[in-house]
Order: sequence, then C-alpha cells, then structure tokens
Amino acid sequence: MDFGFKLSPSSAINLDKVDLEKFEELHRAEPDVYKCMACGSCTSTCPANKYSGMSMRKVILALQRGKEKEAVSMMRNCMLCGKCTMVCPRGINTRHLILSICRIYEEDVK
Amino acid sequence: MKENIVIVGGGIAGLEAAAQLLELGYKPIIIEKSDRLGGHVADWNCLFPDMSPAKDVVSSLIARSAEANIFLNTEISFVNKLKDSYNIMLSNGISIITRIILMTTGFSLFDASKKEEYGYGIYDQVMTNRDLEDWFNTGDDKRINDSAMNAVGFVHCVGSRDEKARNSQCSKVCCITAIKQAIELKQKFPDAMIYCFYMDLRMFGKKYEDFYINAQRDYGIRFIRGRVSEVGENIDGRVIVKAEDTLSGKPVKVTLDLLVLMAGMVCNPDSTKVANMARLPIDSDGFLKSKDNVADIIESPKEGVFYAGACTGPKTVPETLAEARAAALKIYLYIKGLE
Ligand SMILES: Cc1cc2nc3c(=O)[nH]c(=O)nc-3n(C[C@H](O)[C@H](O)[C@H](O)COP(=O)(O)OP(=O)(O)OC[C@H]3O[C@@H](n4cnc5c(N)ncnc54)[C@H](O)[C@@H]3O)c2cc1C
Ligand code: SF4
Ligand code: SF4
Ligand code: SF4
Repeated sequence: MDFGFKLSPSSAINLDKVDLEKFEELHRAEPDVYKCMACGSCTSTCPANKYSGMSMRKVILALQRGKEKEAVSMMRNCMLCGKCTMVCPRGINTRHLILSICRIYEEDVK
Repeated sequence: MKENIVIVGGGIAGLEAAAQLLELGYKPIIIEKSDRLGGHVADWNCLFPDMSPAKDVVSSLIARSAEANIFLNTEISFVNKLKDSYNIMLSNGISIITRIILMTTGFSLFDASKKEEYGYGIYDQVMTNRDLEDWFNTGDDKRINDSAMNAVGFVHCVGSRDEKARNSQCSKVCCITAIKQAIELKQKFPDAMIYCFYMDLRMFGKKYEDFYINAQRDYGIRFIRGRVSEVGENIDGRVIVKAEDTLSGKPVKVTLDLLVLMAGMVCNPDSTKVANMARLPIDSDGFLKSKDNVADIIESPKEGVFYAGACTGPKTVPETLAEARAAALKIYLYIKGLE
C-alpha cells in the first residue's frame, strides 16, 4: 500500500552508496575531524552563520553523509576568522580543517 | 587488634570504610583536611534518584564511624616509605607508622570562573550547581528572587568534556544532577520556564531515565541540544544565552533570570599532593591510577595502599559506598595475609 509518505529519494541518505574516499583522505590529513561531537559551539559563534548559514558542525556532518556539494557551498561563506577554533571543546583546529577541506574537495568547488 | 589503618579523607568513602573496619574490630585513623566530616555530600540537599536527604546519609555515617580516631583540620605533611610500612607525618605534629593507607580524598568541583564565557563571578545571575544546592539548604542567595523567576537555564558539561578546560572526561553525575535540580526549581517556581542545554544526556544509573521522563512529562523541562557558546547580560541584569539548537540547525537565544552552571568533577589537587608524597601514579584523566581499571579499581599499584570513592574518578554516592565497603574487606584480607 502506498500512503504517499515515502521519503523522496533525493533527500534520503543511502549509506550504502555514500562514497567516503575523499573523507578518508581528509581524515588522514586531519585525524581530529572524527572527534567532533556535534555540540554546535562553532556554529553558534560563527560570524558568517548569521547571514549565510555557514556551520562547521553541518559541514563535518554533510561530508560524512555524502553531501559534499552542500558542504562546499556552505564553506564559501567562511571568512577564516578562526572563532570556531577558539571555542571547540574537543580541541579541533577547525580553521586548519577548513583549509584541508578546500584542498581535498577542490574540484567540487569549481 | 593493634594494626594501624590510615584513611586519608573523611568524606562518605572514608566514613563508610571506617565504619566497616570498626565492625571488623579495627580502630582506623581518619585524617580530614577540613573542619567537618562528610565531604561534598555534606554540601548537598537531596540526593538523586529518590530525593533522600543528604544530611541523613552523612549523619548516619558519622554516627557509625564515631569510634574511629578522627583528626579534623589535619593534613599530611609527608609520607616516608620504610621497609614494610609507611611513616606518615601529620600537620599537627603527630607521626604514624602504618602498613595500610586508604585514599578517600575524593574530587574537586571544577572552578566555573575559569570558563569566563559563562560569566560566573562576572554577571549577577549566574551560579553553579553547588550554589544551588546551598540555596536548597539555606534558602539564602541573592541571585534567587522569589518574585522574578520566570526563566532558568542549566548549562551541562561546564569544565567537563572540554579540552580547553583541560578536562576531556565526562563527570557523569551532572546530567542527572541538572535534571534533579531543574525539577526542584520547577517545584518551587511552577510558572518558570526551565531549559537544559546539553550535548548528550547520560542517564546511566538506576531509575535515572525515569527521572528524565518525569522532567519532560510532569515538569515540562525543555531540553535543547547545543552547547552554550556565549553568555551576556542585559540592562536589567538578566542573562542572555546563545547556542546552536543543533536539532533544528538554528541559532537560539534566550533571556533568563538565572543561569546554573553544571560544574564537573575533576581530580582533587590535595589528592594529587598526597599521591606524589606516596609515589602513587596518576591516571591520564588526572585521578589516582588504580592497579587495574576493570578488575582492581580499589587497589593501587603500591603495596598496602588502597582507594575508594571519587579519588579514582567521578562516582555517585552508592558507587562510592560500595567501593568503601569493598576496600574495607580488601584491607581485612590483606591484614590476614600479613599475619
Ligand atoms: C553537584 C553535585 C551533586 C551530586 N549529587 C549527588 C546525588 O544526588 N546522588 C549521588 O549519588 N551522588 C551525587 N554526587 C556525587 C557525590 O558527591 C560523590 O559520589 C561523593 O561526594 C564522593 O565521595 P568521596 O568521599 O569519594 O569524596 P568527597 O566527597 O570529595 O570527600 C573527600 C574528603 O576528603 C577530604 N580530603 C581530600 N584531600 C585530603 C587530604 N589530602 N588530606 C585530608 N583530607 C582530604 C576532603 O576534605 C573531603 O572531606 C553529586 C556530585 C556533585 C558534583
Ligand atoms: S573560521 Fe569560518 S567557520 Fe569558523 S567561525 Fe570563522 S567564519 Fe565561521
Ligand atoms: S565546536 Fe568542535 S566539537 Fe563542537 S560541533 Fe564544532 S567542530 Fe564539532
Ligand atoms: S554527566 Fe552530562 S553534564 Fe556531566 S559531563 Fe557528562 S555529559 Fe556533561
């Protein structure tokens, strides 16, 4: 029976199909990326969040869910101010992480 | 039985161990740095999960251990290892030769003023979990104004799970303490909105999850998943809290009449001091290091030195008491082995 409530295929995340090759490369360069506990401190202090929706927390999650385009387009609004690095309770150097993401996911940016 | 047993710390761990050792026929010596027994529990009002009065727990422990040799306002000046015993010099000039030391030096509450962004000691309406327990006990705190308590926030993980505060571990009891205190405040101020800002809720103990459900269903406590990043003050002295509501992915801001910081349990520097004198190792979390964190939590790697309670890491009252009883039995068997 079809109740018409099916998840639309584009919004569902199919973990079987997510290609994590680049994320693994990122993880090799930035081992701390796995330490994120999704607390939102970075996002809450981010001066770019208010007008652009940039969120370090969401970027880290999106990359692991195969939503690379979404992550990269969010990151275009980052000003590399480093406030997120100052507040991260897990001690992740998020500013450095952002630079590594830019390098590794470069072609997606174009 | 003449065997000297030195218990360092007269909190609930030290008192319970002393009471058991008295029953086993020994006369332990309790060294307590402060001017009263009971440790931190003597500062609390009601204990989760059943809201038992803390003072009943402490007074019954004090009564059961009254026959021990108790030195208040006393610290350890130095510890010398002799051939098969220890020579302990006390700050009151007394020296004790003993083959057995039980460390029950407990924890320290994280100093919330170190996290300046939360404004403890800076803004008028910010207090800690300890201050709130104090108010439950005395009813006296100028931060709590009976006629203006419309919104209250609790900040979880203050000084815990925080590498910037040099304390990456979870203090374990503060999630359930926040829920307990939130319910208690709601009972006193039924019209107040109460928020808990958390990252993960750790309801590990017996009946804790039920307590959480109560807080949600019966008291309407609002849980917001996000770490408070910034606290400010407005002109009427109310506090403004900012966080990311990570579940909706949106920034949140709320104005509160009172902000309660759930300061965590960290290693006690007085504990470390004695550990250094007795050459006891410190674990990577800063607490005393047991012989084995699974099988031998109450034993130190040193001959004749035992541990009980929060000196080896965050613990609840029942866990602390159970360890104290186990340590007393261990000491009894250890002495038997020496005979
Ligand atoms: C805010 C808060 C609320 C809590 N509420 C509850 C609750 O409701 N229910 C529950 O089960 N648990 C609760 N706990 C946990 C509880 O406080 C601990 O389990 C308990 O205090 C551990 O007892 P302890 O004897 O090991 O240590 P402590 O209570 O820290 O006692 C240690 C004692 O040793 C003394 N001492 C330390 N160093 C030295 C030294 N070098 N020489 C001499 N003396 C020394 C100290 O002065 C102190 O008296 C709460 C904890 C917090 C932070
Ligand atoms: S470095 Fe970028 S992501 Fe971090 S706070 Fe600044 S603008 Fe936001
Ligand atoms: S502050 Fe650090 S741990 Fe928290 S969400 Fe951001 S990156 Fe993750
Ligand atoms: S018990 Fe809860 S509030 Fe305390 S440190 Fe752990 S997660 Fe944070």
